[in-house]
Amino acid sequence: MSLLRPDLAVIADHIPDGARVLDVGCGDGALLSDIRLRKHADVRGLEIDPANVAAAVGRGLPVVQGDADTDLGYYPDKSFDFAILSQTLQTTRRPDKVVEELLRIGKQAFVSFPNFAHWRGRLSLLWGGRMPVTRLLPERWYDTPNIHHLTIDDFRALVRERGWTIDAQWFLNDERTTGSANANLFAEHAVFLLHA
Amino acid sequence: MSMDSAIASTDQRFGLRRSVRLPGPLRLDSGASLTPVDIAYETYGTLNAQGSNAILICHALTGDQFVASQHPVTGKPGWWTRAVGPGKPIDPERHFIVCANVLGSCLGSSGPASTDPATGEPYAMRFPVITIADMVRAQAMLLNHLGVEQLAAVVGGSMGGMQALVWPTLYPDRVRAVLVIASTARHSAQNIAFHEVGRQAIMADPRWHGGDYYASGDSPSAGLAVARMAAHITYLSEAGLTEKFGRKLQAREAKTFGFDADFQVESYLRHQGISFVERFDANSYLYITRAMDYYDLAEDHDGSLARAFSETRARFCLISFDTDWLYPTAESRVIVHALHAAGREVSFVELASPYGHDAFLLDAPDMNRVIDGFLRACE
Repeated sequence: MSLLRPDLAVIADHIPDGARVLDVGCGDGALLSDIRLRKHADVRGLEIDPANVAAAVGRGLPVVQGDADTDLGYYPDKSFDFAILSQTLQTTRRPDKVVEELLRIGKQAFVSFPNFAHWRGRLSLLWGGRMPVTRLLPERWYDTPNIHHLTIDDFRALVRERGWTIDAQWFLNDERTTGSANANLFAEHAVFLLHA
Repeated sequence: MSMDSAIASTDQRFGLRRSVRLPGPLRLDSGASLTPVDIAYETYGTLNAQGSNAILICHALTGDQFVASQHPVTGKPGWWTRAVGPGKPIDPERHFIVCANVLGSCLGSSGPASTDPATGEPYAMRFPVITIADMVRAQAMLLNHLGVEQLAAVVGGSMGGMQALVWPTLYPDRVRAVLVIASTARHSAQNIAFHEVGRQAIMADPRWHGGDYYASGDSPSAGLAVARMAAHITYLSEAGLTEKFGRKLQAREAKTFGFDADFQVESYLRHQGISFVERFDANSYLYITRAMDYYDLAEDHDGSLARAFSETRARFCLISFDTDWLYPTAESRVIVHALHAAGREVSFVELASPYGHDAFLLDAPDMNRVIDGFLRACE
């Protein structure tokens, strides 16, 4: 099951056996399917795209069509061991509120996102004067679903400001994990594990 | 191989066009009780040795037990052959499928056209008012008769979805999975309003005679046809009607400046009304619409839908259609949110279709994929 997207593989590897997991923005359920099989996790998913939901339910996963911005309020407090938000944070209308909800619903939350301050993006903006279009952020400014671009340092600042606690963090570059030194410059992706 | 010959069992309880008279009494929500209770039903496939492969399919308002076999009156194929049959998500090769005519209906189960044992005459309007929960209780009695202790799943669209939702609240240990399509947790004011139009059309027909029309050989078919026409509009969508009919004229070059069915949509609706009265009893229409109007799953739980689900143990799956304005997606979301609050396992998807409420009866590949995945996951 190494076919998982790199940030999902990191998350899957750190889910303990038998955990209760909610994946917010679960797509077609690749992560949920993996951890249900390998970690015997009790899984649930929330996904906005109906075709993805049909695919996920079609593979036997309990997935609900809904919107992270509006539908998380209906989940009870601490009803999951882990709430996961992978590459969805930057597409939400209020990322801070979504993370707040994750930390209410889950005892811990995994949050992964593309780092907008990666050096390639910086160079594109600095020398080209254009919004970066990269391998991991392939859409142009007008058709991107990413409406709240953020950097690793931005996220750390939000965590500090809200008094949340980072339990673990992983940085990804070229599908490999990389050190946290200068992650804001050199990591394409970040995965944080945090709790309120 | 036909479905008839696929049934190896010679047990007379199983097969097509079955019916049973159960002594009851069936205690009803109204306080009345019914005895005996006739239930007409069909079964497909074979109950396995563990008794673990039974699926109950609940039909809609004017539906019937002929879910995947030819209708005896209309000669049409079963109403849900797109989802039920060999190679379909609900498959007699794998499942033991039960579909029963609901209490109050007119295709063999006890209803207003049945004989009242107290008088030897048809009940007519002396038939007790029934509820969706009463229909479910009658189904549970049938399952007892069939030796089915627990359902792998209960499945239903529209009013069938209401029964499917009531099932785990009444019998938490008897159902492992609940599949609800294009349905709701309560009848809204608008739903009740449309039904009242239909009932008034029937009761305004002079041939209704306060419900006592059975002996006359005549029936309030004009009123029932109008009721069906009004209801049928709610099963479609504006986009669907526009696509199918637009403003096209019916077999004529120009408007007639009269009140004949100038427009195709008028002709279509008249046809729907006329063909409906051949297969349905007007009094049954009154009783079943009443049952739907009385339906509010949260009512008996201090208005809390989450509390209604608190004792349930089944997995749930809900499907809605984006153009269904009879039971719109918002109604399904209310149920999903309540199930979340109750900590139940639930799947939900809104599928795209131009066909409105009736979409669940039509070709919907995504719906079949969801049904199949959900049922297999629950096996």
